[in-house]
Amino acid sequence: MATNTLKRTFSRAKDFLQTEKGGIIAIIFTVAYLLVTGLLVYFFIQSLVAFLLFLASGLLVYYLPMPIKAKVIISLVAALVIIPILGIRNIFYLEVMFQICLFSSLALGLNIVVGFTGLLNLGYVAFYAVGAYTWAFFGSQQMYLLHSIPGSQPATNAFFLPADMFYLFAFVGMAVAAIVGILLGLPVLRVRGDYLAIVTLGFGEVIRVLANNLDKPINLTNGPQGITPIQQPTLPQGLQDALRVVLNPLVGHNVTQGEFYNLFFYLITLLVILVVVGVVVRLDNSKIGRAWTAIREDEVAAVAMGIPAVKMKLAAFAVAASFAGIMGVIFAANRTFVSPESFNFLQSINVLTMVILGGMGSIPGVILGAAAVTVLNLQVLQGLSLSLNELRQSGGVIPIINFAWKDLSSQLDPAKYQRLLFGLILIIMMIYRPAGLIPEKRRKRMPAGSEKPKELDNNNNSAVEANQEAHNDAS
Amino acid sequence: MTLLETKGVTKRFGGLVAVHNMDFNEEEGKIYSIIGPNGAGKTTFFNTLTGIYKPEEGAITFDGHSLVGRRPDQISALAIARTFQNIRLFGTMTVVENILVGMNNRLHQNSIGTLLHSKGFREEEESAFKRACELMDFVGLKGIGDELALNLPYGGQRRIEIARALASQPKLLLLDEPTAGMNPHETDDAIRLFRRVRDELGITILLIEHDMRVVMGISERITVMDYGEKIAEGTPAEIRSNPRVIEAYLGRGAAAEQMAEGEA
Repeated sequence: MATNTLKRTFSRAKDFLQTEKGGIIAIIFTVAYLLVTGLLVYFFIQSLVAFLLFLASGLLVYYLPMPIKAKVIISLVAALVIIPILGIRNIFYLEVMFQICLFSSLALGLNIVVGFTGLLNLGYVAFYAVGAYTWAFFGSQQMYLLHSIPGSQPATNAFFLPADMFYLFAFVGMAVAAIVGILLGLPVLRVRGDYLAIVTLGFGEVIRVLANNLDKPINLTNGPQGITPIQQPTLPQGLQDALRVVLNPLVGHNVTQGEFYNLFFYLITLLVILVVVGVVVRLDNSKIGRAWTAIREDEVAAVAMGIPAVKMKLAAFAVAASFAGIMGVIFAANRTFVSPESFNFLQSINVLTMVILGGMGSIPGVILGAAAVTVLNLQVLQGLSLSLNELRQSGGVIPIINFAWKDLSSQLDPAKYQRLLFGLILIIMMIYRPAGLIPEKRRKRMPAGSEKPKELDNNNNSAVEANQEAHNDAS
Repeated sequence: MTLLETKGVTKRFGGLVAVHNMDFNEEEGKIYSIIGPNGAGKTTFFNTLTGIYKPEEGAITFDGHSLVGRRPDQISALAIARTFQNIRLFGTMTVVENILVGMNNRLHQNSIGTLLHSKGFREEEESAFKRACELMDFVGLKGIGDELALNLPYGGQRRIEIARALASQPKLLLLDEPTAGMNPHETDDAIRLFRRVRDELGITILLIEHDMRVVMGISERITVMDYGEKIAEGTPAEIRSNPRVIEAYLGRGAAAEQMAEGEA
């Protein structure tokens, strides 16, 4: 009974929020929540809980019914004003946001291949590597080291290209990755289903091994030692000084150049992710997106309906690869260092986990998945490890069982159980929520109030969901 | 005018000859049927026509184009559309999206226009959506455009599959057992729909069908297949009295009996 009452209250609240007055309340609530959690983070700058609460405001913006304009304005203020201020106060938060945007872009790309088109690609990180090495090669001194043994120092300090070529190479990296995507796709797309997964897995490893071994006969990648230093684009001193005038009083210290770079990379990935989301949404709602989904649903029928399957699959590979390529270039510049180890198989699985956790084929879902996995990786697990360590050093004892914290084996460090946790997440999601945290929704296009035949009215939501689940199980 | 012509089409799977030396012609604007016992090679013949299988021998000509060696999507672009024996809708796409996929070859939007949401793109999407709604009305389904295809009842799915095929503006529509699993009332509706497709849209129809009521009621000519070969061809009346057809369907003994009865 209690659940029934709760449900009724909930649905009434939902109806109320749909009204205009409810919309205003939703806006006020969201803004208030954002401010309160923002202030919490501001004053408790090390607090993980405060930061997680702050991040949850993204869900509020997504779920609460508000006019689109309000959503856009709130998001922009949060992303362009609040996060930079909090992030410069604790630079780690900017790193987290940077990685969320970076992995969102990768996950959105992989989502096109796996979610929309239904092709399981286990070597996606290879395209990311291609982008990263493109800038790593041209944006470092590697060009002067082609004939020297790996690890030797260049004769001059000069770089091969000016640092601001970075912007051009963001597009070059994109194009190179897309071309590699097509070249890979041509032979690979002859195989289907499980075989495709195996072949792409192999391809991912091939690219990594190539990066590892292309230090001879010509030293292209510097082998396992990786390429460093890689240039970052220049930030004009005048711009930095101007921003310091505004930012210094807000963050409470003199903003350093390093912090400006963190801010810069956060903003540039944010820009890329906005473009990527726009591209994906528009493709999804066009002939191309429909063709992709049709191929996923039933390739034979899709082809019989006139869809050139090979061409569309290649397009999916190319678009997905280009997203990874541009993020690779940004990653290389951000770290000023790339090595083959950054692009191992587990990275591909990492991105795949984000897609599956969030919801295959669902754009908001995939972004949520990327954010959740990144935060889990960077913050929650590390945070738990840290507090466990503090307990160890505090000399405390667990009451009742009389167990001293300092005797706790360091093998039980939560940060070491990252992969185990991912595995568990995947298993639990597949069993209980195979469509992901935010399942894919198809666009509704019929004008509201159009007549609906009676037989379908009985199809209440739960039946539809049950059907959907049955379908997901089957496929 | 002959719209579709096949000469000596043969399709083998290993040692099995699924379709053997098939000659078939269909005039424009007609409704023809192919019948035959299970496993006679009817669906295989459809699949060779639509490019899903490549015939080992023979020639297929449609509207002045040779079809042999073309991919299914290219054949679809030449204005042949089909439905499937076991409905093959795009289950988790909405009904409107299913029909829009059928229009794939008729939409000229390019990727740049799509990304920029150009005026041409928006207008084309809008008119495509309108046409999808018209097609839903045409097959007798209104207001279900936003339902997922897999949530429709069986009869509705059959109709949407036809609407999807019509969306590609075909000259020839191939229907593979379109009334399988329907009750008599639904079957009557389906027959009416097929007639309207031909009469109002001017589309030539070729059906595979088991339901003799449909076949005899609607077809202008019937081709009978058995063990991959054409064993008879003619008007419904001719087919009904053809001893080889009766034999194929009922077996030799029964055929002899029926013949004897006819003579007595």
